[in-house]
Amino acid sequence: MANQGPAYYSPYPAATYEGVITPPEGKALLLEDVVDEETAMREIAKQMLTKENATIFPGPQVLYAWSDEAKRKATLIKEMAEVLNANMIPMYDYRPKYPKIDAEVEINPNHPNLTIWENKIKAAIFIGVHCHYANVALKIVRAETDCYTIAMCALSGHEDAMATIRDQHASDLEKFIKIAKEVKSELGV
Amino acid sequence: MSKRSDMTNTHNWSGQKLVSTDYLLFEAPREKHFMTGSEVLKEAMKRCTVDASVSYPITPQSEAAHLIGELWAEGYVGTYFRGENEFGVMSEVAGCAMAGARTVTTTSGPGTLRAMENFPQWSGTRIPCQLVLMARGINSPLTIQPDNLEVSFMLETGCMIWYAENVQELFDMSIAAFTVAEKPDVHVPIITVVDGFFVSHTREAVMLPADDIALEPYDPYRAPLPPIDSETPPGRFLRDPFVMKSNYISYATHASWQWEVRSAVERSRPYAEHYLKGLIHITGEEDAEIAFVTCGTASNQAKEAHRELMKLGIKTKVIKLRTIRPFPAKELLAAVEGIKHIFVPEFNVVGWLEKEVRKELYNKCEADIVGGPRVAGGMSMPAEAIIAEVMEKINPGKGA
Repeated sequence: MANQGPAYYSPYPAATYEGVITPPEGKALLLEDVVDEETAMREIAKQMLTKENATIFPGPQVLYAWSDEAKRKATLIKEMAEVLNANMIPMYDYRPKYPKIDAEVEINPNHPNLTIWENKIKAAIFIGVHCHYANVALKIVRAETDCYTIAMCALSGHEDAMATIRDQHASDLEKFIKIAKEVKSELGV
Repeated sequence: MSKRSDMTNTHNWSGQKLVSTDYLLFEAPREKHFMTGSEVLKEAMKRCTVDASVSYPITPQSEAAHLIGELWAEGYVGTYFRGENEFGVMSEVAGCAMAGARTVTTTSGPGTLRAMENFPQWSGTRIPCQLVLMARGINSPLTIQPDNLEVSFMLETGCMIWYAENVQELFDMSIAAFTVAEKPDVHVPIITVVDGFFVSHTREAVMLPADDIALEPYDPYRAPLPPIDSETPPGRFLRDPFVMKSNYISYATHASWQWEVRSAVERSRPYAEHYLKGLIHITGEEDAEIAFVTCGTASNQAKEAHRELMKLGIKTKVIKLRTIRPFPAKELLAAVEGIKHIFVPEFNVVGWLEKEVRKELYNKCEADIVGGPRVAGGMSMPAEAIIAEVMEKINPGKGA
């Protein structure tokens, strides 16, 4: 059941109404705190390595080989999943599913909570999802679940995720994988 | 005929050198010209690497639309055509923008209302197009006179709304408008408003940069929704069913979508702050106890009243709002600290700006808010009308 959000009586909260907006260039967001990118990367790795059923939700921008960058990112995301011991559930298009979604094998921005409930996911990375659909999904997830959401965005980031890093290109994913390996070693998981 | 494929890394299709918005607005040398608002809008669009413009004639914006058409003939605008009517125009603007074109249109008065359904559809599909609204009265009775009542209809469409006071501001603002609207985390339509006739048809001195420089082109692949593109996956199928098929949309999606559109407007604040040099501009006495909260040409009249009241030893200040959506609530609250009387002069009968000011200051400020003076239907608002309002308040029964 949805919690009553702070955005008036909508169950779907909007961080901007709490004064939180996307981080400036070179920075990241952890909840409402602007932090250095590396600090955020370490926290993201920690959350993904310690929460139950950690899952990566790759979106169309990394699922389809529409550019060289997309192809490179897709390879790195697979490696990222292995390092984080994470599952992968794709968001391969944004169409509402009729008559119903197969929540075990895909996630959809209309009702992302169903996939999270079905798979009991406690931490998730959204990557390669067009920003608007990511933000719509993140608002629903924030209201309906206790999943720790992470946005790894190629553009300006997402204040509705619990952790967001911005301007993430392939070289940044390589940096994240390196940090995730260090955190994994520190945690001994 | 201009083609996007004629563009290089350094120059657009018409041979203009591509520069940053900061350079174009703040650094490029400028020369003085003497132009109307319509003419200066042509000059602004000439420097914006505009892909598409759709027009339909309605007074007072017809001339501006016509002049943008001349830009197409001169090779500066990629595509230009006339719509069937304003509803058609705004629908065609949506199509152009969804397909990835930097798109501009203009309208006025009843044309705005005829096209009304499109504006929330624009914001709902997160297109970064620009509507230059040259405000005019709303029927009935039929009028072509200056009046900004129509802005009250636009307030809750999910679009950003900026308001220019004069010809110079119209030039600078309409260039900054594309830049802010196209930021990936903003990406909602922007309505740049000027008061029709008072700005569109008034010739003023204006400082313009050279016309051989222009904005970098719009990159639709940095959009928060995928552009319509059948060639490149994820293709157009990703977009339209979600947006248009209401029977597939859950209330959860619709609710979070609405909050997201409004969040996008909120995220424009730091960008607008930078390019407009503040969401509000203040002139007058810092220790004044009387403030005028204004937008558009009412600001100009309030400044005139301020000068006259200074001669009478009455200190006032003018707080001009440059953005209406997002509303600069925090900045306004700070600006009215110590103020005892707030006057909201405006060019419409309903007092939409007064309502906005009251809503934002309610329970946060002890100043007495006076909704006026208020004129409508093309009536002018001389400084004397504002002075009379002030004198009646501070010197009741004795007039100015």
